[in-house]
Amino acid sequence: MSLLQIEGLGIDFGGLRAVNDVGFSLKPGEIVSVIGPNGAGKTTLFNMISGVYAPARGRVVLDGEDVTRMPPHLLARRGLSRTFQNLQIFQSMSVLENAVAGHHLHERGSVFADLFSLPAARRRSKASEDSARALLDRVGLGRAAEQEASSLSYGALKRLEIARALALKPRVLLLDEPAAGCNAVETEEIDHLIAQVAAEGVSILLVEHDMKMVMRISNHIVVLDHGEKIAEGEPTAISRNPRVVEAYLGVQATEAKHVDR
Amino acid sequence: MRLSSKVTTLLILAAVIAIAPVFFPSSYYFRVGSLIFVNGLAVTGLVILIGYAGQISLGHAGFAGIGAYACALAPVHLGLHPALAALLGALLSAAIAYLVGRPILRLKGYYLAVASLGFGILVSMVLSNEAQLTGGPDGMAVPELGLRAVLKAIGIDLSNTEFWYAFSGLVLVIGAWLALNLYHSPTGRALRALHGSEVAARTVGVDVAHYKLVAFVISAVYASVSGSLLALQNKFITPDVAGFMHSIEMVTMTVLGGAGSVLGAILGAAILTTLPQVLTIFQEYEQLMLGLVMMLVMIFMREGLLPSIARRIRGRAE
Repeated sequence: MSLLQIEGLGIDFGGLRAVNDVGFSLKPGEIVSVIGPNGAGKTTLFNMISGVYAPARGRVVLDGEDVTRMPPHLLARRGLSRTFQNLQIFQSMSVLENAVAGHHLHERGSVFADLFSLPAARRRSKASEDSARALLDRVGLGRAAEQEASSLSYGALKRLEIARALALKPRVLLLDEPAAGCNAVETEEIDHLIAQVAAEGVSILLVEHDMKMVMRISNHIVVLDHGEKIAEGEPTAISRNPRVVEAYLGVQATEAKHVDR
Repeated sequence: MRLSSKVTTLLILAAVIAIAPVFFPSSYYFRVGSLIFVNGLAVTGLVILIGYAGQISLGHAGFAGIGAYACALAPVHLGLHPALAALLGALLSAAIAYLVGRPILRLKGYYLAVASLGFGILVSMVLSNEAQLTGGPDGMAVPELGLRAVLKAIGIDLSNTEFWYAFSGLVLVIGAWLALNLYHSPTGRALRALHGSEVAARTVGVDVAHYKLVAFVISAVYASVSGSLLALQNKFITPDVAGFMHSIEMVTMTVLGGAGSVLGAILGAAILTTLPQVLTIFQEYEQLMLGLVMMLVMIFMREGLLPSIARRIRGRAE
């Protein structure tokens, strides 16, 4: 059974059909990539699924529950988490605090306990700090924990966002260009990390421009062009699909063939 | 390391409050000191609202007015002890902040500023116009707190100014302790997260509307207690306590000293409480100098006095 089901999703911006009638589904532990040229509506699609935008048409169903137009903080409670294409880091916090903040749903409690620093509040903070350190180690930022977040490189901030999103212990994770701005080594690390997380049963929806990475780790690919789904299928099928090659892969087509499995 | 920054702040604050009287040439300075602490308390609340949560209010003097008039009215009309009256004022402020905050905290930036400004003006209008109850613009008397007499009975004999210096100082230290606790707590992190990025805060599960309201209510209680302390030590109160100028002063102190830092904001309160008196040496240019100092600080020390200075010292040390 699918964990996340997208049905006929669409939104318009001032008469322009930014996304129209897009549908697909994710099973637990599956990695689904959304690809398409710039402006194809990938991030818009992410924003609708994660509750940042309210879709005009269609439905988002999470584990059998209709969560269309549900605000992001309620989606987070149901186990849907995401990262952002344009970084959304808590700038005035340390790297560690950013990761700790991702534990909000696990550590929140009475405001009075927090004001008076009661043992319960300290225990909650300690538990999320321990978990945050483990997550930072996992994304390779363990040694940067005490630094100010603003001092990190772009690629490191991308990984910090992943750590923060994982802190929710999500069932569905939306990653918007996690490898952008990363060098080859970092990209490979992120690649492994995503595969690992998926192996633990988390469904991953990925937007990524690095075609090698997409072809390598995706179970399933959805291709968008001008806001519409033009193809979907397994990586091998997608890389051979003439419509996809024409609309998107273009100059990258030869490259994509090289990584055919 | 984080914990020690909290302890350091509290130690510095307590030490300054305890040691400063050694250098006071006259009892007048106790009075100035207690005014600084009263302002410092309101400003500490605004650190939670502005510095932690990144929201603005230009109407917090309204809550100071509620706290102040609760101490004037509740003892007369409800027969409450002034201390209980202050508590009632704080509860009332929290309730009103909750009701007012819900609709206006949906607004952002200058829209929120103007809406909160409206609230402050509303309170001061009510206090000025309900003359039968509040004495109108002429103000009204506030009963004695009575704690000084209790202290005297157990052998601690303080003058009136000394008592209010010590008592407001104690309340300020407690207020700072609570605010610092909050900073490092799950609630504080949620507030700072929504300040950093609302959309990211939402996606990690922070109910942004709820937490903005939490910050607004807490800061309103600080302002209310500050107003109560002012009323009780002056034993007299006028609607000016809820006035527009007082709201502006609070925000200016907070931002000038450093909205992100409890100690910084209290320093801002100390400077803006004493500066007008220091600047009297410039006689008719006093206001001009005050304005100039404020502009220069904000131009060259954008984060506020204390955080900017601390950053420079750290930068030099590295």
